[in-house]
Amino acid sequence: MTPKTLFEKVWEKHVIDTSLDLPLLFIDLHLIHDVTSPQAFNLLKEQGRTVRRPDLTFASADHNVPTTDRNLEFKDLLAKKQVDALIKNCKEFGVTVYDLDHPDNGIVHIIGPELGLTTPGKTIVCGDSHTSTHGAFGAFAFGIGSSEITHVLATQTLPQAKPKTMNIQIDGEMPDGVSSKDIILRIIGEIGTHGGVGHVVEFTGSTVKNMSMDERMTICNMVLEAGARSGMIAPDETTFAYLKNRKFVPKGEKWNEAVAEWSELYSDPGAVYDKTVTINIDNLAPQATWGTNPGQVTSIDKTIPSPKSFTGSNERTAAESALDYMDLNPATNMNEIEIDRIFIGSCTNARIEDLRLAAQVAYGHKVHNNVTALVVPGSYHIKRRAEQEGLDKVFIDAGFEWREPGCSMCPGMNPDIANPGDRVASTSNRNFEGRQGKGVRTHLVSPAMAAAAAITGHLTDIRKWNYKGGLRKNEAFS
Amino acid sequence: MKPFRKYTGSVVPLNKSNIDTDIIIPTEFLKRTERTGYGQHMMYYWRFHEDGEPNDDFVLNNETYKQATILLSGENFGCGSSRENAVWALHDYGFQVIIAPSFADIFKGNCSKNGLLLIELDEAQMNELFSREKENPAFSLHVDLENQIIQDDSDWAASFTVEPSTRHKFLHGLDDIDLTMTAEEDILQFEKQRAFYMDPSVN
Ligand code: SF4
Repeated sequence: MTPKTLFEKVWEKHVIDTSLDLPLLFIDLHLIHDVTSPQAFNLLKEQGRTVRRPDLTFASADHNVPTTDRNLEFKDLLAKKQVDALIKNCKEFGVTVYDLDHPDNGIVHIIGPELGLTTPGKTIVCGDSHTSTHGAFGAFAFGIGSSEITHVLATQTLPQAKPKTMNIQIDGEMPDGVSSKDIILRIIGEIGTHGGVGHVVEFTGSTVKNMSMDERMTICNMVLEAGARSGMIAPDETTFAYLKNRKFVPKGEKWNEAVAEWSELYSDPGAVYDKTVTINIDNLAPQATWGTNPGQVTSIDKTIPSPKSFTGSNERTAAESALDYMDLNPATNMNEIEIDRIFIGSCTNARIEDLRLAAQVAYGHKVHNNVTALVVPGSYHIKRRAEQEGLDKVFIDAGFEWREPGCSMCPGMNPDIANPGDRVASTSNRNFEGRQGKGVRTHLVSPAMAAAAAITGHLTDIRKWNYKGGLRKNEAFS
Repeated sequence: MKPFRKYTGSVVPLNKSNIDTDIIIPTEFLKRTERTGYGQHMMYYWRFHEDGEPNDDFVLNNETYKQATILLSGENFGCGSSRENAVWALHDYGFQVIIAPSFADIFKGNCSKNGLLLIELDEAQMNELFSREKENPAFSLHVDLENQIIQDDSDWAASFTVEPSTRHKFLHGLDDIDLTMTAEEDILQFEKQRAFYMDPSVN
């Protein structure tokens, strides 16, 4: 038998045998949210169709929701309209919905894994580009547009051209102060924002093998920013241990059957990828972006590159206009860039381990006078867990705002936006012009680096941090 | 979707390259829960001055072109973000056909899902069309999708090619969902064979 990649195995299990031109893919899990679903439901109704598999469709209100007191009236009327529409549509079609006050509510890409809806080998879609997060479990997960949402609602399938495969092999031991966020930022910096176009990326190598699920989700989440269709990691003991006993996973004998099936999901020795990239992280430094796309990134101990140092004329112009927008000059030290706002949150970095890392940094320190700092847990589960561990107190004592879960400052579409001209250190995934508010300048960093910047008021090399609690990295916090 | 076989409409020229989705529908107008009503904001910043008054210098505001439903434009039309609202806006405004030397990929895919026909012609043909339109500003074109021919009222004609599955959908008035549902039996069969997905006892 010809050796197959992880992606090919999952793909083949989902292609329905039809006489249509394009392969028709069965969708195992469809996640929906408040911002992209109302139009899709409207189209469904206009056409007199219905939701084919409400049992495989799950909704959460996350994108445009208030993260301050949930009992207050929505300030943004559109946001209210969107959330109301989500709830109403889900009720009408029998879809499970995690409303604002539901104990399982949170960002779709966080609650999927948390509830055990996300499992190895599934096909998962959602009207949000960072759906690739779920690929960390060995699922094929990708973002879709409005018409496609309607298509999946109506048919539970999607016509899809088969993407190419790419292997990104990461080896080496994560140096102190370096997180999986730094690794994925470096990778995007190296292969560029178009490096993965048309490909599904599989992450392999010793570093990935040793990563926790939270760390794996961060790299799969952000591979999107390299233009990839999605990211995937072969499931292993770490994956199974994470999933065991979660709400929706099979239990008892069924669990054993499931694990046996999932254990077959890996790339066979000798399987051929269309493209392979290798990276060693032994000497990696913490990263921060200086420009307006995630590929415009460098080490925290370096200076902002000169546009002249780029060989391609497109890259040079892009760097010039990015520096112009960011109001930065070449040769400035990265760790001298002053910050007005901190956002620790989003489906990239708002899981429990991220919050622990940030809390360890914040412990015993105070947020800088000129800085507003937000910590927005990715879900109610994470929020409650963090509160059990006392992380909320660490943040509040240090002067951070401790919020209700949601996408918050990531998409910049709810009240959590910065003011024009503000400079933000953010753990989210996009530093595009205007993403976090008109004229707002975003620097993407890891949770630990964001927490440190909140305290010093400028981007800061976390390797030199004075940990007052004496704890580092993933040591348990209590 | 209505079947699209033959179509006649009057033409408006907008000879610019790289008209992106932000120009077609600025972000500020994306905030709706409906799919309709985007036409009023189509190319808003070109059609209107900052104070909201129509920009009379812009070709779409010219009386001659008010009824035009076929847009002639430059290369790489529809580049930028993947927002489908751009297609809804053009369609809602009244355009049925857009003719240009090339279109951005995602935009093309979105048009094929929403019944807006895109026709690619080479530079020479485009130039001919632009100059004929200039000499005759109430210019109409006849599009025959079945035979993939486009012609004017006098002696100009050109053939074009539309991707076969898109053409099939347009000719028969099928949308993607209709097309998929022709394979409903296969989907049912597939669903029967699939094992468990998740613990059915909790919900
Ligand atoms: S946090 Fe950002 S990327 Fe993640 S689901 Fe929300 S808007 Fe999308």
